[in-house]
Formats: sequence, structure tokens, C-alpha cells
Amino acid sequence: MDPMNYIVLAAIVFTIGAVGVLVRRNAIIVFMCVELMLNACNLAFVAFSRMHGGIEGQVIAFFVMVVAAAEVVVGLAIIMQIFRTRRSASIDDANLLKN
Amino acid sequence: MNTVPLQTTAVSAAVGGGEAATFYVLGTLVVLAALGVVFSRKAVYSALMMAVVMIGLAVFYGINQAPFLMVVQIVVYTGAVLMLFLFVLMLVGVSSSDSLVETIRGHRLLTAVIALCFLVPLVSGLAAITAGEPVGLSAGVAAAGGSIPWIAGEIIYRYVIAFEATGALLITAVLGALVLAHSARTKKKRTQRQMSQDRIRGDHPTPLPGPGTYARHNAIDMPALLPDGSVSQLSINPVLAARNPELQHGVPEDLSYSIGAAPDEKPDTAASDNDGQREDEGSWTR
Amino acid sequence: MTSMLAADVHAVTTAADGGVLSYAWLMIALPLLGAAVLLLGGRRTNAWGHWLAIAAALASFVWAVLSLVQLLGRTPEERSVSVHVYQWIKVGGFDIDLSLLVDPLSITFALLITGVGSLIHIYSVGYMAHDENRRRFFAYLNLFVAAMLVLVLADNYAVLFLGWEGVGLASYLLIGFWQHKPSAAVAAKKAFLINRVGDIGLLVSIMLLFTTFGTVAFSPVFGAVDGAGQGVMTAVGLLLLLGACGKSAQLPLQAWLLDAMEGPTPVSALIHAATMVTAGVYLIVRSGPIFEAAPTAQLVVTIVGAATLLAGAIIGCAKDDIKKALAGSTMSQIGYMTLAAGLGPIGYAAAIAHLVTHGFFKAGLFLGAGSVMHAMNDEVDMRRYGGLRTVMPVTFATFGAGYLAIIGVPFLSGWWTKEGIIQAAFDSGGLTGQILGWVTVLGAGLTAFYMSRIMFLTFFGEKRWAEDAHPHESPTTMTVPMIVLAVGSVALGAVLVVNYTLAHFLAPVVGAPHHEFDLVHMLTSPYSLAALALMVVGVGYAWLRYARSEVPVTAPKGNFITVAAREELYGNAINEGLFMRPGQQLTRAAVAFDDHAVDGVVNGVARSVRAASENLRLMQTGFARSYALTMLFGAAVVLATTLGVNLA
Repeated sequence: MDPMNYIVLAAIVFTIGAVGVLVRRNAIIVFMCVELMLNACNLAFVAFSRMHGGIEGQVIAFFVMVVAAAEVVVGLAIIMQIFRTRRSASIDDANLLKN
Repeated sequence: MNTVPLQTTAVSAAVGGGEAATFYVLGTLVVLAALGVVFSRKAVYSALMMAVVMIGLAVFYGINQAPFLMVVQIVVYTGAVLMLFLFVLMLVGVSSSDSLVETIRGHRLLTAVIALCFLVPLVSGLAAITAGEPVGLSAGVAAAGGSIPWIAGEIIYRYVIAFEATGALLITAVLGALVLAHSARTKKKRTQRQMSQDRIRGDHPTPLPGPGTYARHNAIDMPALLPDGSVSQLSINPVLAARNPELQHGVPEDLSYSIGAAPDEKPDTAASDNDGQREDEGSWTR
Repeated sequence: MTSMLAADVHAVTTAADGGVLSYAWLMIALPLLGAAVLLLGGRRTNAWGHWLAIAAALASFVWAVLSLVQLLGRTPEERSVSVHVYQWIKVGGFDIDLSLLVDPLSITFALLITGVGSLIHIYSVGYMAHDENRRRFFAYLNLFVAAMLVLVLADNYAVLFLGWEGVGLASYLLIGFWQHKPSAAVAAKKAFLINRVGDIGLLVSIMLLFTTFGTVAFSPVFGAVDGAGQGVMTAVGLLLLLGACGKSAQLPLQAWLLDAMEGPTPVSALIHAATMVTAGVYLIVRSGPIFEAAPTAQLVVTIVGAATLLAGAIIGCAKDDIKKALAGSTMSQIGYMTLAAGLGPIGYAAAIAHLVTHGFFKAGLFLGAGSVMHAMNDEVDMRRYGGLRTVMPVTFATFGAGYLAIIGVPFLSGWWTKEGIIQAAFDSGGLTGQILGWVTVLGAGLTAFYMSRIMFLTFFGEKRWAEDAHPHESPTTMTVPMIVLAVGSVALGAVLVVNYTLAHFLAPVVGAPHHEFDLVHMLTSPYSLAALALMVVGVGYAWLRYARSEVPVTAPKGNFITVAAREELYGNAINEGLFMRPGQQLTRAAVAFDDHAVDGVVNGVARSVRAASENLRLMQTGFARSYALTMLFGAAVVLATTLGVNLA
């Protein structure tokens, strides 16, 4: 099996995540789809790391995880706050910037 | 020092037949689970599907000679991040299911077309590349005295500034989450003394009857039966009573009017669900 | 000859060495201060403001007299005194000092301005007694005096221009003094605009002088004139003439003067008869060396003067409005002066002498006209006058003195000075001299006719008064200045001309007289006899038409010359046809171009942008998902491009 298959799998998962971001309206699911995309990237990094025999891919994947964790914390807090004030977790309702 | 490196995953650089089998089986599972994340009606199912994807990816990390990331993936992502998602889901409403009807005209079709336009060239382009045998990490691992020492060395020495920066980022994120999640108290906190006074002055100094007491079903939506066999409306959570018109009959006015508000005087027996003790968060359920 | 003239004309300019002359700027400062106090003081100064203005003008006059005395105490070569006040502009090599030049020419003007000005200030106390804005009027009068003194006392063209614009402003303010009358407001605007045309000429000539000589001060410029090219000097001369035409109401910029009579009569007397309108003559005489270096320009000056002389006289013959008839006369008389100034050194002294006497008798005539109007409820139509000599004896006497002076009755002021001009014209020699000379003689006859017409219509014949008219003699504040001016009208000419007193006084500036004073020649030369004869004919014809025969109250139709003269020789029609209509067409075209072409482009761009944004706006759904879709689209494009590049 060609190790490029991992990359192809990463591409597929990434696209699915992107479609989820675009199609779903529930902010929490959208967030999960973002995580899906990040994970797909991580898979690609890890596969590349193995293909090239360097550890950098894993290091970067590690950093991606850390940043994703931070992002989740803040993002979910924002979702909570919006839900509290607007009684809705739909991202279509968060349109205060539209006139 | 002829110590054998602490190598937990004994996978060689070359891609063997077993790995291929694992890839195809697990890869299919991961793709299906990812689709499940996107297309589940209920957010909870999405979260569960997400867990499947993450664990699948953790296995792939392991196969790809990344034992540290495998562990981190399971502990941090599946364990911490996903649990955070679930907590928030519960706060927002576990059982709430989204309408899947698209509100933006043509959005879904356009998304599909563009996603295909993105995926097909990407996959075909990737498929055109033949990477050959992977180099593998064994040599580096051996030199560094282990996979984890190697990553540690890289992070601590070479990427130390990025590492410190992520530390700062995490602290900032924690503070941000604290600020965002904090809600100011809009009315003065009731003291225990006030609560007891209100209770004595109110209609029911004694606790209200718990639901289901002496009833055939021990459930919170079953009213308690009084000694004479009649139904005690007081035993029902006012929220439930408000939702089910059948239950509203005979509910005391002071309770029926306070539906949705903080249930001040509600005894523990009537507050079997988690919302019972909250004062300032108001009603969480829609 | 020119260089020799330049040498003896311009005596050495010495710096003031203390005394009255060092403080020559006081002459300007006092009326300026008066104007400032009156304008800034507001109503508080209403009660005594006019007395302050008179005091300022009189003080200025006294200072001018003292300066004259001090000048006379010097030898003729040292009578050119420069008074440095302060450095006005210094930019690199361009520096202009605000300095004054007190010499015989400028002191003559200063005396005329402050003397006649003071008299008219006094007259105005009575004339404007019932005007609630009298204080403002006096402030403007003071402002005018100050500006006019700046004009004549300047020792360089830049400061002269400052005064030039200052008198233009004062003239505008005073013509439009009764701005509640639309005609006055329009007349003020007209005067201002036509003066602008002349001012451009003056300004451009100053710029030309600067680029040619690197300075605009009088003495360096005049000293360097010989080195400059004929073409440049002709251009400068013609442009200076344009400026002079604007200010002095000479053809072709004459149209504003008759309308300027909308201003109060003292203004007409001071500004539009005695002083400001002579600024053009002053400019030409002062710039004598430039004109002497440009014979073409000189010739044009004489032609303009001759043409205006006749045009003004013809207009004066037909106007029924007493002030406009006098204004036509002013045009004509200034034409005399311009003609004389254009003759060169031979005519400068004659021009200035006529200017001074004209200042007196024309001011007297205007004040008399004002007195008549004052008595006749501001009626200006001479056909409604008649027989006023018994009712207003003082006005009649003073007006009569001015009348006799202007028509050139021998031994009165006008005769002395006009004879000087006629003689100078014939003396200039050649065919041009003959033509110009006969024009001046003919002008004398016309002057006699139109002035007699005014005289007879106003003071003789039947009473043709309006029913509510109750004429009466004017108050003392008005008659005293008239009497003083009448005395000047009678005697001043003799004082100035006998033995060429003024000419010898002016000699350091304009050159010595060309021949000795010869009274017998003046009386017996064929030209002066011809002028005398024409004068008698003019007076006689006017007597027949306006004193002996019935004068209709409404003007008869008249022949085409009369109609043309009443229409001011179609000056306004020419202006309208040549400039106003094409100008309006041009502005209309510009407006149309702006509306359709410029605005069309702008609006078209705006409209298309608007239309485009109307459509693009739809992309702004407010849904984050739509925007994210755009991002994915962008990513797909980037991907496709990358692949395409790699595959290619």
C-alpha cells in the first residue's frame, strides 16, 4: 500500500469536515467539523513525518492539537454566551453585524 | 549504552500487508463516522461519531510511528475536548435536534459542487503521486533514544519559543473562557435566612410531596397520590406541568405562575432533574 | 533726448531727514485711523463720528501743507524725498518696502485730495444729516482718503497698487452706499467689475516690470527704462493704460462712471469727479519715462484721451439727469488730461494743472448739483428744474463760477489749464498734433454747450418743478465748501498757470516747461481764438434751445445722435453684446457641459457602481456559512491553479 493513501484519507476527511461547516447550522456541530478538519491535517502531518523520516510533522501536529484545544475552550465559551443571550445555538441567528 | 529503545509500537517503516488491511477497514470506518458527524440529526450523535473518528485517527497515528500523538489524541481530544463538547451540548440541550432543512437557497447544492470541485482534483492529484517506501522514523528514534525523548528534545530545544507561545495561548484561552462564561448576578443573592422566612410565610412550610409517591410508576412525571387516592398536583415539577396541559390541572397558582422562573421554594423532592437547585441560570431548557 | 530727459526729470531722491517729511505717513495714518474708529466703534461714535472724520481729513490736509512748505524750503533738485516706513515683503530677491515718495507731483495730489476731500467731508455733514448711516459714510470717506493718499504717495508700483485697490474698494462701498436701492447695488458691482479689468492690466504691467527690471520701485525702474526693449515697454505702457482707463473711465472701460452716480452726491464729487478718477492720469504722468520709451503706447494714450473727450462730451449733451450729465463732463475732462499726458513731457504739467483746477470746479459743480437735488427732494431730472437762481442764490453763484470756469471763460481756472492742453496738443507737432489740437478745440465748444444746457435748464427759464417741490437754500455746512470751491474755480488756474508756477514746481518730476509763459500768445493764438469762438457758439446755441424756448418736461424723441448719446453711445450695449452675452453663453455651455458631460460621467460611474453593488449586495446574506463557502471556493481555485501549474 502506498503511504499516500493516508494523505488521500486526510483529504477526504478534511473535505467532509468542510462540508459539515458549510451545511450545519448548529454552532456546536460546526465546531466539531472544524475539529474534524484539524484532525485530518494532523493525520497528514503524521503520515508525512513517517514518509520523510523526520519528527517535525509530529511536533507540528502536537502544536495543532494544543492550539485546537485552546480554540475549543474559547469557542465553546463564546457559543455558550451567544446561547445565553439569544437562546439559540444556530450560527444563522448570529447576524448582529447584518443590518 | 546498549539499552534497547523504549519502542512500544513495533511497526516498521515499510507498509506491510497488515497495515494495508487495517487502513482500509479503519479508513472506511473513519470516513463513515465523519459523514455521521456531519449528517446526524442530533448533536449528541455527532459528538459520538466524532469520538469514533478521533479514536480511529489515534490508531492511525500509532501505525504511523507516532505513539506520543496517539496517546495525546485519545487523552486530550477524545478525553478532554470531546467531553467539553458534550458538556456544552448538555447545557444547550442534549435532546435538541436540528432541522436539516436548508434555509439558504441553493446553498447545499453549491456546497456539494464546490466540495467536489475541491476533493476530486485533490484526490486525483494526490493519487498521481507515488511516494515510494516511507523512510520511517526508526533511525531517528534509535539515535534519540526513543520516540518521546526525540519529540521532547525537539519541542524543548528547537521549538521552545513556539512551545512557550502555546503556553501563553492556553493561559489566555483559559482566562478568555472564564471571562466569557462568567455571568454577572442580576439580583441579590438570597440568604438562607430569607429563604427560610419565605418558606414559613408561604403556603407550604412543609416539603411538597415528591412525585410518584404511592403511584404506580416511580417517575418524575407521575404525580404523587394523596392518602385518599387523589392526585397531588404539588408533586409535579412545574416545568413538566407547564408542558403537559393534563398535568396543569389543580396545580397551585403560585407555582403555575412561576413556571420558567427560578423555583425558589421547590423542595428537593420536586427537583429531581439537575435544574432544581440553580437560581440564577434561569431556565435552560427550551 | 529721452535719456537726457530721464536724467533731468528724475532728480536725486533723498531720504527724509527728520521733520514733517519723515512723518509723511501720518497723512495716510490719520484718515485710516478715523475710518477704523468709525467702523469698529459702532453706534457709540454716531454722535461725533463725522466730526472725527473731518478732523482726520483736515489734519491730513494740514500735514500735507506743512510738507509742501518744507519741500519748498529745499532746492528744486532735492524736492524728491523718500520716506521708508517699513519693509513690506521680502522673499528672496524680491523685496518691497512700504515707503513713500514725497515729491512735487505727489504732494500736489495729496493737497488736492486732502483739501477737496476735507471740503466735501464738511459738505457731507449737511448733505447726509438725515441719513441714519452717516457714520458709515464718513468712515468710507476717510478710508477713501487714506487709500488715495497711499496711491499717490507710493514710491513703488506695488504700494501704488495697494492704494489703487483701496480706492477701488472705497469707490465700490460708496457707490453702493444706498445698497437698499437695487440700482445702486448693481452700479457698485458694475464699477467694481469694470475696474477689475483695468486692475488686471495694471497688475500684469507690474509683473512685467518686475520680470524685466527685477524691481517695482519707481526710480530704479525709470533709471533702467533705456536698457529695456521697445516691445516690453510698449506692452507695459499699454497695460498701464488699460489700468488707467479702468480707473479714469476712459474708453473702452468708461461704462461704469455714469452708473456710479447712484452713489451719494458728495461721493460723486470727491471720488468720481475730483480725485479717484484722475488716478489714471496720475499713473500715466508718474510712469512718464516708460511711456516716453514707448511712442506707440503714447499715441494710443492720446487717441484714447481724444476719443473719450468727444464721447464724454456727446453723452453730456444728451443726459437729462444732472449728475449723469456732469459725469459725462467728467469723462470728457479726464479725456483732456489723458490726451495731454499722452503727449509726453510737453503735456504733463498741463495735464496736472487741468487735473487740479478740474478737481475744484467739478467738485464745486457736483456739490452744487447735490445742493439742488437736496432742495428738490432728490429730483435729478433737469427738465423738472428751472428758475432756481432766485431761490438758491448761493448755489447759483457757486455753480455759476464752476460753470464759467469749465467752459473756459478767459482768466478763470478752466481757461488757463484748458488753453495749456490745447497749446500742448498743437505744439506736439505733425499731423497728429493738428488732429489732437482740433479735437480739443471742438471739445471746448461741446463743453460750452452741455454745461450751458445744464446751467440754463437748472437755474434759468420756467419753473418746471414737481408739485411737492419746495426748493430752499442749503445749510451753511454745505454752502461754505461750495463757496471755497467756487473761489478755487475762479482763481486757482491763474495761480497755477501764470508764469508756469505749477510747471516749474513739477519740473523735477516731469521736466521743465518748454517755453516761457506768454499771456499774449495764449490770448491771441488762432487756436485759442477758435476755442473761444466755439465756446460762444456753444453757449449761444444752448441759450436759444434751453433758455429762450420752451423746454418740455418729458424729453422729446430727438435725432439719432441724441438717442445714441442718451444711450451712452451704446457703451453698455457693446459691453453686453461683446462680453456679457458671449460670457453668458460660455457659462451656459460650461454649465451644460458640467451637468451632462462631467456630471454624466460621475453620475454614470455612481449609477453603475450602485447597480453593481445592488447585485453584489445579494452576496452579503449575513450568513457566515455563505462566506465560508466562498472561502472553500477560493481554496478550490487555489488548488486547481496549483495543479494546473504543476501539470503544465
